[in-house]
Amino acid sequence: MADAALDPHAAIATTASGVGSGTLTTADGMPLARALAHSQRRARRRAFLLVLPLLAFILITFVVPIGQMLARSFHNDGFSANMPQVSAWFASTEHGTAPDDAAWTALAQDLVASADARSIGVVGTRINYDMPGTRSLFTATGRQVRRGLEPPYQEALLEINEAWGDPRLWSVMRSASTPVTANFYLAAVDRTRDEDGNIQQVEEQQRIYLTLFWRTFWLSAVITGLTFILGFPIAHLLATLPMRKSNLLMILVLLPFWTSLLVRTTSWMVLLQQQGVINDILVWMGIIGGDARLQMIYNRTGTIIAMTHILLPFMILPLYSVMRTINPAYVRAARSLGATSWTAFRRVYFPQTLPGLGAGAMLVFILAVGYYITPALVGGSSGQLISNMIAQHMTGTLNWSMAAALAALLLGSVLILYWLYDRLVGVDNLKLG
Amino acid sequence: MAIPTYASPLERVWHYTYLTVCTLIFVFLIAPIIVIIPLSFNAEPYFTFTDRMLSFDPEGYSTRWYRSLLTFGMQNPESTGWAFWSDAWTNANWVKAAKNSIIIGVCSTVVATVLGTLAALGLSRPEMPFRRAIMAILISPMIVPLIITATGMFFFYSNPCELLALIGFDPQCGRLAGTYLGVVLAHATLGIPFVIITVTATLVGFDQSLNRAAASLGANPRTTFFKVTMPLILPGVVSGALFAFVTSFDEVVAVLFIAGPDQQTIPRQMWNGIREQISPAILAVATLLVIFSIALLTTVELLRRRSERIRGVTPR
Repeated sequence: MADAALDPHAAIATTASGVGSGTLTTADGMPLARALAHSQRRARRRAFLLVLPLLAFILITFVVPIGQMLARSFHNDGFSANMPQVSAWFASTEHGTAPDDAAWTALAQDLVASADARSIGVVGTRINYDMPGTRSLFTATGRQVRRGLEPPYQEALLEINEAWGDPRLWSVMRSASTPVTANFYLAAVDRTRDEDGNIQQVEEQQRIYLTLFWRTFWLSAVITGLTFILGFPIAHLLATLPMRKSNLLMILVLLPFWTSLLVRTTSWMVLLQQQGVINDILVWMGIIGGDARLQMIYNRTGTIIAMTHILLPFMILPLYSVMRTINPAYVRAARSLGATSWTAFRRVYFPQTLPGLGAGAMLVFILAVGYYITPALVGGSSGQLISNMIAQHMTGTLNWSMAAALAALLLGSVLILYWLYDRLVGVDNLKLG
Repeated sequence: MAIPTYASPLERVWHYTYLTVCTLIFVFLIAPIIVIIPLSFNAEPYFTFTDRMLSFDPEGYSTRWYRSLLTFGMQNPESTGWAFWSDAWTNANWVKAAKNSIIIGVCSTVVATVLGTLAALGLSRPEMPFRRAIMAILISPMIVPLIITATGMFFFYSNPCELLALIGFDPQCGRLAGTYLGVVLAHATLGIPFVIITVTATLVGFDQSLNRAAASLGANPRTTFFKVTMPLILPGVVSGALFAFVTSFDEVVAVLFIAGPDQQTIPRQMWNGIREQISPAILAVATLLVIFSIALLTTVELLRRRSERIRGVTPR
C-alpha cells in the first residue's frame, strides 16, 4: 500500500478494480484504452487529411513526371516498335548468330514498312545513339527501298550500302530490339558495347561524361569551400555584433538573396567582361596593361565567381543562426584559463559552429551540383556543368533517353546528399532569411 | 564587437585586419547589385563607366534604355501622349512579359500558399504520421536540380494523360505545355517548399492549447481557424507567399521548357536578351528588379518583426 501511495496510477487502478469491472470505461461504456486509441487514430487521420491535398499535388505534378522521365533512360522502343519482324528474329536466336536469310527478309520487310510509315528516321535515330553515324544509313536506305526492293534481300541491301553487313551494326540492332536497355547508362559513364556485347571504354576523344561529372563535383566542392571562407567571418561578425547593428548589416546579405538570379548573373557579366568595370579599374590602377585584360568570364573562373556570390547567403544564414546561440562566456573562460585567442577559437568556438557549417555546406553543395542558369550564361565551354549537358541533349541533340540517363545519375547523387542532409540536419530545421 | 581590454598588440592588429576583410566581403556581396544601377543610365551602349559618366557630366547619363524598354515591340514608338502609352500597354514586349509574370506569379502563389499552409498545419501537429518522410517529399522540389524538374514536366505536360493510358483508360486530354495553367502548376510546385518552411517555422512557436481553449469556449473548428490560428500565423503565411511569388517571378528553366510563345515572362525575356545580344536595356530591367526586391525584402523584414512581437518571441 505504501507503493501505491507513491504511484498515483497504481492508486487509480486499485480503486478502479475495487469498483468491480476491472477496466476503466468512458461515460458511454467504452474501455478507456480503446477510446484513447480511437481518438488518437482520428487525430492522426485529421492531420493526414490536411497534408493530403498537397501531397497528391506534389506527387502528380512533380514525382510522377520525374519518374516518367527517368523511365526513358532505360526504355526506348524507337527500334523495337517500328521493326517488329527483325526484332522477333533477334528474340528467337542466340546472341552472336550471324544473320541468315530469314533475318535479311525480316529486315528488308521492316525497312520497307517503316519507310512507308515514315518512321524510318526514328529507327535510324535510335540506332545512331549506340553507333554514331548510322542515321543516314537508315534514311538513305529508306528512300531507296520505297521505290521497291526485290529478293534476294541480302544482296539487294548490301548493294544499296555495304554497311548493312557490318557485324557491329547487327549487334547494335540486337541490343535495340528489346525496348529495355542499359546502354544509355553505359554511355553516360563513357562505356559502350563492342560487337560481342562486351562492355568497354569509348575512344579517348569521346570520353566526355565522366569528365563532366568529375568537373561538376569538383567545382561544387570549390564553390562550397569559397562560400565557407567568405561566409564564416561574415556570420561571425553578424553573430557577435549587437542586434541593432547586425540587423542592419544583415540587409547586405539578404538583399542579394532576394535579388533575381538573372540580375545577379547579368551584373557579373557586366563586371567581369574584358571591357568591363573590373578590368577597367585594374588597367586604371596600372596593375595590368591595357592590352593584357584578364579573361574572367565565359570560362571556369566566371562560373566559380558568380556561383560563389549567388550561393554565399545559403552558407551565411545557417552559420549565423548557430553562432547566435553560442555562449560567449565559453571563449572568455578559455582565455581566462590561459588559452591564446587562436587556441580558444580552434578548440572552443569553432567546434560549436560545426552544425551550422555542416548545414550550410551541404545546402550549398546540393544546390551547386544542379546549377544550370549561371554556368550556361557565364561558363563558356570550360565552365559548363552536367545540367548544361542534360539541357543540350533535351533541346539540341534531342537524345532524350541520354538526357534521362544523365538526369538519373545526377538525381541519384543529389538524393543521396539530401538523405544525408535530412539525417544530419533534418529538413524541418531548414530556415530562410 | 569590441576588443577586450586585455588584448595584445598583435590581437589588435588581427582585429582590424578581420574588420577590413569583413568589409571587403560585404563589398563583394553588394557591389555587383549596386553597380548596375548607375550603369543603366549610361548614354552610350557600353557596360562600363565612360569618361563623361566619371566626370559627372549630365550628357553622359540618359534614360534612353528605360525608354527602349517601353518602345521595344511597339507599333508606333514615335507617337506621343495617350497613343504612346496605350500602344506600350498592348504591344511592348517587356510590358507584355511583366503582365505575364504577374499573372503567373499571383496564380501560382495562391495555389502554393493555400495548399502549403494547410499541409504545414497538418505537419506541425504532434500526431502526424510519417512526418519526416512526408516533409522530405514536400521540400524536394527545392532540392532536385531545376533542369531535372523542368525536363520531367516537359514530358508530362506535353501529354498529361499518357500514364492513364498505360493503366487502360484512354481519355482525351489536351496539352498543359504551352498554356498558362501548365506554367502556373509548375511554378506552384516550385514555390511550395518555401511556404512549408516559413509556415512550419511560424507554427513552432504556436501554442496548441489556444486551439483547445477556443474549442472549449464553443468555437467550431472553422471559427477557431479563422479567429485564433490564422491571425497568429499570418505573418509566416504572408512571407511564405512572398517567397513563392519571388520564386515564380524569377523562374526561367521551367518556363523555357514548358511555356509557349504566349507565356513570355520577364526572366525568359531577359534570358533571350542576354543570350542573343546583350544591350544596356537589360541593365535597366535589372535595376527595376533590384528596386522590386528591396521592396519585398523590407516587407518580409517588417513581417518577421511583427510576427516575433505577436508571438512574444524576443529576438535573440
